[in-house]
Amino acid sequence: MKLKTLEGHLGSISGFSKPKIQLEQYETPAHIAAVALYTIQTQYSSIEDKLVLDAGCGPGMLSVGAALLGAGTVVGVDIDDNAIEVLKDNIEDIELTNVDAVLCDFLSPNLLKWNNYFDTVLMNPPFGTKNNVGMDMKFLRMGLDLTSDSVFSLHKSSTRSHIQKKVKEWNAKGTVIAELKYNLPATYKFHKQQTRDIAVDLWRIHH
Amino acid sequence: MKLITHNMLTSKCLKGVVTGYPLAIHATDVKINEVDFNPEFVTRIIPKLDWEVLWKAAQSIGHGEGLPQVIQPKYEEDSEFLKKAHRVLLEVEVEEGYLTCPESGRQFPITKGIPNMLLTEAEVQ
Repeated sequence: MKLKTLEGHLGSISGFSKPKIQLEQYETPAHIAAVALYTIQTQYSSIEDKLVLDAGCGPGMLSVGAALLGAGTVVGVDIDDNAIEVLKDNIEDIELTNVDAVLCDFLSPNLLKWNNYFDTVLMNPPFGTKNNVGMDMKFLRMGLDLTSDSVFSLHKSSTRSHIQKKVKEWNAKGTVIAELKYNLPATYKFHKQQTRDIAVDLWRIHH
Repeated sequence: MKLITHNMLTSKCLKGVVTGYPLAIHATDVKINEVDFNPEFVTRIIPKLDWEVLWKAAQSIGHGEGLPQVIQPKYEEDSEFLKKAHRVLLEVEVEEGYLTCPESGRQFPITKGIPNMLLTEAEVQ
């Protein structure tokens, strides 16, 4: 599938019906998701025929994209029932049968039985601001435990040195494989500007 | 909920629960969604699973017919077996019902194919 086609499909799926600030829900823009997934597949062959986990999947931008790129199975997990329902509607609308969804707290220990079970873990975690300081690192750490290969994760570029430090502490390896611009539309009332460009890194973190 | 997903879910984070695995399935609605058969993918997934748990889960919802209880050596060359495993793992989906923790009896509802594994704070270890 071509990048443009993927982005076109992703541009048509539904987003959060009721975004919740306490969960730091921001939609992954179709363009970012498409470029990220395309990079992950073409450079690392980490999607097609792989068992993929989408941690904090929301309405499923990464889950749907990975499924469209031929993942063996994608499991999307999220703590928000509204978001999971939208994901379910999205996969039914596009008639994808290689996606499964679980409503759960991704960070609750032992919810998923085996370490290193998934080939690939994808995430666009909460940025870890507001009341969620450190949440992004908790997501990353859990993702790393669950993959036998790599976690691909989106983070604000401003957190780059912090992530480098953490990855080192975990004795893991990590590199920024793409730098992207996240055009964040005003989602919540406290946003003063209509849209704001945020520099975002696509990280590959592996054992 | 596909059985590949059921195979990895536990209720171990419940207070007082030691293993929380496997979760029993009570299904009131099961459907089949066709998925492209990919023998390499299925072959690679099988050793990661708890096969006996998969077998029992398939039996318990009436879709275990023809599935061997134990994986045979050289299963990767047996395309009939791989097709059955593919069906049970990826195509059979529990739409409505619930999962039950084997120790505490706590039930987790499955609605529109989505298991709800959320716990209240009081329930967590």
